Amino acid sequence: MTLLDKTVLDDAVLSEATAGDYLELLKPRVMSLVVFTAFVGMVAAPVALNPFVVAVSIIAIAIGAGASGALNMWYDADIDAVMSRTASRPVPSGRVLPEQALAFGLVLAALSVMTLGVFVNWLAGAMLAFTIFFYAVVYTMWLKRWTPQNIVIGGAAGAFPPMIGWAAATGAFSLESVVLFLIIFLWTPPHFWALALFKSADYERAGVPMMPNVAGDTSTRRQIFGYSIVLAIAGVLPTALGYAGAAYGIAAAALGVGFVWYAWQVLVMPAGDRAMRPAKALFGYSLLYLFAIFALYLADCLALRMLAGAGA
Amino acid sequence: MSVMEIETVKPTEAQQKARRSRNVAIALALAAFVVLVYVISVVKLGSAVLSRSM
Repeated sequence: MTLLDKTVLDDAVLSEATAGDYLELLKPRVMSLVVFTAFVGMVAAPVALNPFVVAVSIIAIAIGAGASGALNMWYDADIDAVMSRTASRPVPSGRVLPEQALAFGLVLAALSVMTLGVFVNWLAGAMLAFTIFFYAVVYTMWLKRWTPQNIVIGGAAGAFPPMIGWAAATGAFSLESVVLFLIIFLWTPPHFWALALFKSADYERAGVPMMPNVAGDTSTRRQIFGYSIVLAIAGVLPTALGYAGAAYGIAAAALGVGFVWYAWQVLVMPAGDRAMRPAKALFGYSLLYLFAIFALYLADCLALRMLAGAGA
Repeated sequence: MSVMEIETVKPTEAQQKARRSRNVAIALALAAFVVLVYVISVVKLGSAVLSRSM
């Protein structure tokens, strides 16, 4: 039984939002990628780590990523409502009020940054704060509705987690972690433009200036191919720079060739192709590629460390 | 003395269920945060957590 002032009684609306709706605000699938790449960045760092410190860091980074997702859904509810992919999200569907999503995002952002800063170190805490700011303000509020380079520049937000993980482990920046950043940064445009190709009608309706809507399909496909080549090269940089072994280098090169092959299929896709199977295939492969590259990098680091340990 | 009628909002079944789910989630999150702060304090401070200056 809820007691309310008579004046607010008439328009009192009790929320029907479940815990699951709030969980959905955190974008769990994006979070899983963030958690994984941050974990790799952290464990790959050449320092002895306490497992609890690793757990706290990863939880804080995951919650921070979730907070930026909630802030994104608060601000973008108008766009999400008109796109088939996002119309059923908690805010556009009315299950969570915009101000509730905003408060939820702000509280989690503050908590996650404080936790990482106080319990791990303030370089990592500051980087997490910057990443949330970059995604929620620079990407969501500014770039997304303004330029077709939105996801290129905004991709930096998604690329920071391994650097945050590395900073959480070592308290410093390093070229190794910048290379991991570079791989995700270069992966983002072909990944999202593949999606934008077969969802261009959605973006058109929402008025979001994605590359296919602004520069056209042909230009987008050329740019996807270009980024794919640069990405394939960046993928083998850890071996080229001596941070990873030959096994990683060979596997990363093979994965990169696969990426370029899928991108080539998109490049030569017939102009009238409505089903856009090659674009969907590239989108699917790109997810597999990123997980595989980071898993290989992790396995390679751990194997080299074990060999070094056995040789010592 | 007449009993004053108190106006109330009766939550529907769905609202009650949703509220319960939110309450449980907040309780779990809060408990997890308390455990986290406790464990990390022990890990960071170790036995120094017991030493006080006289």
